[in-house]
Amino acid sequence: MEFAELIKTPRVDGVVLHRPFLPLVEGTLCLTGHHLILSSRQDNTEELWLLHADIDFIEKRFVGSSGTIIVKCKDLRIIQLDIPGMEECLNIASSIEALSTLDSVSLMYPFFYRPMFEVIEDGWNLFLPEESFKDLESMTDEWRLSEVNRDFSICPSYPPLVVVPKDTDDDTLLKVASFRHGGRFPVLSYYHKKNGMVMMRAGQPLIGPNGRRCKEDEKLINATLRAGKRGYIIDTRATAVAQQAKARGGGFEQEANYPQWRRIHKTIERYSVLQDSLIKLVEACNDQSHSMDRWLSKLEASNWLSHIKEILTTACLAAQCIDREGATVLVHGTEGTDSTLQVTSLAQILLDPSCRTIRGFQALVEREWLQAGHPFQHRCAQSAYSSGKLHGEAPIFLLFLDCTWQILRQFPCSFEFNENFLVLLFEHAYATQFGTFLGNSAAERATLKLPQKTVSLWSWVNRPQEMEGFVNPLYEPNSLVIWPSVAPQSLQLWEGVFLRWNRSSKCLDEAYEEMVHIIEYNKELQKKVNSLRRQLAQLETEGSPLHTP
Amino acid sequence: MEHIRTSKVEQVRLLDRFSNKSTTGTLHLTATHLIFVESNSTSAQEIWILHHHIASVEKLSLTTSGCPLVIQCRNFRMVHFVVPRERDCHDVYSSLLRLLRPESYDELYAFSYNPKQNDRQREEGWQLIDLAAEFERMGVPCDQWQLTDVNRDYKVCETYPRDLYVPITASKPIIMGSSKFRSKGRFPVLTYFYQEKKAAVCRSSQPLSGFSARCLEDEHMLQAVSKANPNTRYIYVIDTRPKLNALANRAAGKGYENEDNYSNIRFQFVGIENIHVMRSSLQKLQEVVGTRALSVTDYLVGLENSGWLRHVKAIVDAAIFLTRAVTVEGASVLVHCSDGWDRTAQVCSLGSLLMDPYYRTIKGFMVLIEKDWISFGHKFADRCDQLDGDPKEVSPIFTQFLECVWQLTEQFPQAFQFSEWFLIQIHEHVHSCQFGNFLGNSQRQREELQVKEKTHSLWAHLLSGQQNYLNPLYCPSYGYTNPVLEPSTLPCHFKFWRNMYHQFDRPMHPRQSILKQALTLKENNRELESIAQNLQAKLQKLGVSTSPLEVRLSPRECALPPRPKSLILGAPFSRKEVHQEDEDELVEGEEAREDIPVGSDGDRTVEGGSATENGYGELPLSCGSKPEPAMVSLEFGVARMTC
Repeated sequence: MEFAELIKTPRVDGVVLHRPFLPLVEGTLCLTGHHLILSSRQDNTEELWLLHADIDFIEKRFVGSSGTIIVKCKDLRIIQLDIPGMEECLNIASSIEALSTLDSVSLMYPFFYRPMFEVIEDGWNLFLPEESFKDLESMTDEWRLSEVNRDFSICPSYPPLVVVPKDTDDDTLLKVASFRHGGRFPVLSYYHKKNGMVMMRAGQPLIGPNGRRCKEDEKLINATLRAGKRGYIIDTRATAVAQQAKARGGGFEQEANYPQWRRIHKTIERYSVLQDSLIKLVEACNDQSHSMDRWLSKLEASNWLSHIKEILTTACLAAQCIDREGATVLVHGTEGTDSTLQVTSLAQILLDPSCRTIRGFQALVEREWLQAGHPFQHRCAQSAYSSGKLHGEAPIFLLFLDCTWQILRQFPCSFEFNENFLVLLFEHAYATQFGTFLGNSAAERATLKLPQKTVSLWSWVNRPQEMEGFVNPLYEPNSLVIWPSVAPQSLQLWEGVFLRWNRSSKCLDEAYEEMVHIIEYNKELQKKVNSLRRQLAQLETEGSPLHTP
Repeated sequence: MEHIRTSKVEQVRLLDRFSNKSTTGTLHLTATHLIFVESNSTSAQEIWILHHHIASVEKLSLTTSGCPLVIQCRNFRMVHFVVPRERDCHDVYSSLLRLLRPESYDELYAFSYNPKQNDRQREEGWQLIDLAAEFERMGVPCDQWQLTDVNRDYKVCETYPRDLYVPITASKPIIMGSSKFRSKGRFPVLTYFYQEKKAAVCRSSQPLSGFSARCLEDEHMLQAVSKANPNTRYIYVIDTRPKLNALANRAAGKGYENEDNYSNIRFQFVGIENIHVMRSSLQKLQEVVGTRALSVTDYLVGLENSGWLRHVKAIVDAAIFLTRAVTVEGASVLVHCSDGWDRTAQVCSLGSLLMDPYYRTIKGFMVLIEKDWISFGHKFADRCDQLDGDPKEVSPIFTQFLECVWQLTEQFPQAFQFSEWFLIQIHEHVHSCQFGNFLGNSQRQREELQVKEKTHSLWAHLLSGQQNYLNPLYCPSYGYTNPVLEPSTLPCHFKFWRNMYHQFDRPMHPRQSILKQALTLKENNRELESIAQNLQAKLQKLGVSTSPLEVRLSPRECALPPRPKSLILGAPFSRKEVHQEDEDELVEGEEAREDIPVGSDGDRTVEGGSATENGYGELPLSCGSKPEPAMVSLEFGVARMTC
């Protein structure tokens, strides 16, 4: 098999592993096609199994005849391996570099991974568009499921089935698709049951420098408006950026042609800016300097929290338009595959209590990210330690998870899942044994035959024994719309991701356990009291005839 | 009261600090409080502001809607009223100006505050904390340390307490000599004794060494401290000031210990800035976080420029240095700054908290404050501006100490018996002048004021409501397994204390509180335990033998008395309660949020149940009257319409 060519030295003894806050481990290092394994060969000692795909960057250092490899992972962890022997070290390093940057998707681990567990519920079949359309049909008859994109020819980044206004036929969709970036004609993203308002998403309209218009596009989105009501178009780009897009054939909806819509521009940055932000943030978090000023100024310079605030604010605005104003909303940026999805998915978390459940959140990720064509493979090819020329890598999804965490922190009892679940999704979006986040679109996933050849992350997560670790013990279903604060004082650095490897989490973990204990004990006590009450009631009814004369 | 020119003004508008919302109501001025009562009868909100809490009153220039009056409080409340008539505004303004600057102690609220207790209860309140017992707990007096009576009549040092502990070998002439060589006569005395290693933490003021002066008695004094510790031959002298400040003091005939003259001392500067720097630092911080529509960039730049977290970190760093010297090396330490009542108090008390789990309990924390702050003469009157005094003497030194403690509670969620509401409540009352504990600048002054005879003790008040301040995750055994706390001092582990500096800005807080939830559950657990026991007793009477209360999971700590049902966490007795049921009704099912517990006895607030307290609840469309707004305004981020 071709991996063997890349592995010059499959095994080295006497390697020392350094990890922050953990004792040193000395053992044997083994390289396989997909893993870097360090085993201490002692009983009860933890082994290290690291996916090559999880390795973002490596550094080599040499002292005398031995070498050190510093491995920087996509989950932001940094480990150090001391390897005796210069040649071994060089061989290992070059193998890791080669194996962690394989070009071909089909060589990725998910295609080789065989689950050690029984798949009870196949995650690939859990969130089918047909099923979710049935739910929609039970609430409204104004929408239909279109198969216009069944062979992905109209819009390569859309799934085969999309929800569009009932009165818009497929021919119209064809025309509209040619007027929208990437063929992404407006489709339904969310239906707000409470007042029947909807959120749609699309790519930017291709009005170009001459202000081209498309009557069908206007007709399509106008069809979603209630009589006499206006809608909102939320453009995730700053006005100037949207203006500039015209020169390149893009642009925004002109007032004259869309008189029934109000356009609001927000400033969510493009992916390259966001990737840069992540790199700077992680660099700041790993800085071991003890200067407070340096830390605060680096944190500020990374702009990460500014991006969080902007994304959250935009999502809140969309939610506000729908829930408070009773208006229809159309969200788009340029391609409609990045900032657009951040906004539509976060707005749904605010508006729809079901998105705050574990299943609901999975469905949201499936619907608004995977099916909606977020290019996961491009965006997550490199993480915070990437260097050199980038090819569209960006922490778009991580920002979405971070925003979700910010809301979770403000409403700690309103989510069925806990922080660990969000961290898990972050990890698996970047490196995984599961097929869920492979590929860039539904079309690519179909070509790769992922459902047939790989295991879905959901198949694993939804097993009761795994689920246990992701359930928020404080959860009490909350059917209300939630409105988080977006003041800078209310936003926090997501320590669970960014300081995860720079702190000992022992104290916090123990505190969490105590919290769980209090809740469990409460449940136990309630059970006990109920059973005692029943016992007593039984005795009293049995005994009562004796007392009555 | 003669200073009140007008006692009631109607139709006053209260503007929200961060949004464009406002409420209308009536302003009442009493001898002790400024009260705002909202006119809306259904959700009448009341704001009670104690005059002592007011730091500044500002009358802004007249606007079309009236005369704005901005009141800034020491507990970080900020209120902005608009009074319709300028005349009324001026009357309120000038009355407040006089009321918030009491000229003599007997004008302070503590001397009129009457919580309906009899004298016996009041006296018992003052007996709760016994410092002699505290030193005994530490193992002092012992074969190396003794109680000295030199200061029985405050003759040697009037800012020290009467009872002081010194090394056995420090004779009276040495003490007298040393005290003459120290600023304000504050000679080295014991403040904490680390029994395990017989290492002492001593405190003093700076030596009057100038460029070359020396004092043999003072040198003997330090030697005596050193000899009292069999572990090490040296002692550490921690000068908490930046070196530059200490050098500057030399020119004024003060300064620091010359290592050549004192045998076996290890001298160390730790660089905590002075009260003026701290005052302006907090002012800057407050300005930044009080800005409307604050951007993340301005917030972080402002946080950095204020230097506040840098100062907090410097104090924690110093405390860690002290703790390591004592617990790891087993060395005795002398801590001083200039006068030895600000930075010295911060470092000694924080260090003790790191070394001794007792101080992490509710009672222990009171003892710690009583010892290192109250008895050793932290100038609460000056620092907290109790009387109309020198504004240059005001400084948030004690607030800063409370924040350091809070930073530790964040890193060690199970180590402290109390929650942050306890710290906030103490902060509230340090400034409220409602209790006698913090009045004046020294023990001597408090005796002259007869606080124990004429006022009530805060500690009794806090202990009686301690259920409100418990940390539900507290693990009493934590102190045995981790007697010494070793916090991380990487800058990223220091956070902005939102619940302190924004305690009255409710929209900024998490809408659901884990703390409150956990406290409620624990309380519920205790109730269930007793119900279960009752049921079992009944069953037993009916002749059914049941096993003793047997639950799979047992409680991990000893049961505490149940919390009265009527109390919201952290809220005082007098505070009206917003019931859960009410909450569900009041927001037409639109918003989920929970009550943020804030307030105090003297400062009653029932902040209303408006549904739109969040950041962006104000698309003007919703009013209906204006169907097409030109602008969509968001409270914390403005979205402008482009068309």
